[in-house]
Amino acid sequence: MAEKLVCRSLNAWFNHGQTHALKDVNLGVGAKLVTAIIGPSGCGKSTLVRCLNRMHEEVPGTTITGEVLLDNENIYAPGLDPVRVRRRIGMVFQKPTPFPTMSIVENVAAGLRLNSANLSRAERDEVVERSLQQAALWEEVKDRLNAPGISLSGGQQQRLCVARALAVEPEVLLMDEPCSALDPISTARIEELLLELKESYTIVIVTHNMQQAARTSDFTAFMYNGNLVEFGDTKQVFTNPSRPETEDYITGRFG
Amino acid sequence: MANFYEAAADKPAAEGRESWRGRFGVQLFGDRLFALITLILGLVILSILFGLTLALVFGSTASIHKFGLGFVVSTDWDPVNDQFGALPFIYGTAISSVIALTIAVPLSLGAALCLSETAPEWLSRRIGFLVELLAAIPSVVYGLWGIFVLGPWLRDHVEPVLGAYLGFLPLFKGPKVSVGMLAAGVLLAIMVLPYIASVCTDVFRAVPRTQREAALALGATRWEMLQMAVLPYGRSGIIGAIILGLGRALGETIAVAMVIGNSSEIAASLFKPSSTLASVIANEFAEATSRLYLSSLMELGLVLLVLGLLLNVAARVLVLGAIRGAAGEGR
Repeated sequence: MAEKLVCRSLNAWFNHGQTHALKDVNLGVGAKLVTAIIGPSGCGKSTLVRCLNRMHEEVPGTTITGEVLLDNENIYAPGLDPVRVRRRIGMVFQKPTPFPTMSIVENVAAGLRLNSANLSRAERDEVVERSLQQAALWEEVKDRLNAPGISLSGGQQQRLCVARALAVEPEVLLMDEPCSALDPISTARIEELLLELKESYTIVIVTHNMQQAARTSDFTAFMYNGNLVEFGDTKQVFTNPSRPETEDYITGRFG
Repeated sequence: MANFYEAAADKPAAEGRESWRGRFGVQLFGDRLFALITLILGLVILSILFGLTLALVFGSTASIHKFGLGFVVSTDWDPVNDQFGALPFIYGTAISSVIALTIAVPLSLGAALCLSETAPEWLSRRIGFLVELLAAIPSVVYGLWGIFVLGPWLRDHVEPVLGAYLGFLPLFKGPKVSVGMLAAGVLLAIMVLPYIASVCTDVFRAVPRTQREAALALGATRWEMLQMAVLPYGRSGIIGAIILGLGRALGETIAVAMVIGNSSEIAASLFKPSSTLASVIANEFAEATSRLYLSSLMELGLVLLVLGLLLNVAARVLVLGAIRGAAGEGR
């Protein structure tokens, strides 16, 4: 397995060192595969994924030690601007977060305007169409591209956010419980989308939903209490877990 | 289930109803009384506004009859010959407020961004307190400071520079004096700054973290994040804050009367003395001997009240829009 992202003894804290949220996590994320992170609430799975694009440090009072290698390059190397990391590693959040004052087009193109990228209108429209198609939203919105992004339904808004993340052509897409605010139909659409997107992107998805992890991912990481308890092939983790905690969790004995 | 009905049927019906009525009857009476009291209090406030407007309208009847709509477009303010026109004061009010906002808005936005975004928590709390303290200084103290410190400083250090480099504009022509439109505008800017800054700080702090993170996740720098997520999200709130500041600037009386120079002529130069609606009322009501003079001052007050009401309505609409926008975002 070619590893796109590697965590090496990653530790993370909240509240000025009082909460140890990630404890010595070592993990390799395969290129162009879907890696699911599961575990009960508060186990550190969101923190882990937020460490992968240096979003964790945006919360005041947080600290991180260890390394995260993107193509063998440490994204926590001193002097490296987190902005450059986030250009390569996109993220979709738990709640859809379209920019409320922007239209659908503007939302998708939001990232294109950044870092003094200068695109012509035609180029921009091309990227917008491509991204919306990749996010399986194009057919639904192509006739009202100038409508406000927040006029869409929740599921459409989440796909709009996927399109917005894809428009800047990241190499990795992180998804932090992207379906937890969506209905089953919208969830199914996002899951279909994942399978299409992994042809071109490396995907890490945090999920509460074990069926979702089993359906969509190639590899699964089970976290508990800040520790990475088990990591392996999804089939193996769900059918024949090597650790008793994993088995207890996936069989519903806790969490 | 059957037991429940049987038990209920066993009880004497009258007793059950009695206790029911007794308990709720008292509560209903209390609620009604409370509703009545609050209604009366609410109506008192409404009637004060209504009465105030009526008093101004009645007070200004003489002037309204005499000058009609011409009152607001006439530049002639000549108490000796009983000729009254409001335009110089409307002009003075508008221009001094424009100067105030031109200076105060960028400063307040900068201060608010510093307080809500860049400054560390401990510093932000202290500076925020100091900024709000500015609003607690009585305006007469601002006026004194304006006469003895700000005015002379503007005359000696700012007006010569403006005159030398921008003197080709009529705005900056003429002799440098310490009292005038510029002094009033700058003083007003300092006075409205805390209002705009503290409202904007709250507006920026109210921008959800998810919006900021959405921008950062796209690879936005801090400044780009502000442009993409924070400023647009807070747009109507910012406009509301500016209108709040404008309302303050329009109505500010004593500090302006002390530094504006009190001339009832329209002068192009900002260095020249002028007057505002509020300052002329404060300055002249004691010497308004004729009925028409007093009535004209009343009408100036009416004009000011209408301006203020319109601005407040506009601000309210914008702020409500901001709240609805935020609610719509949660869908």
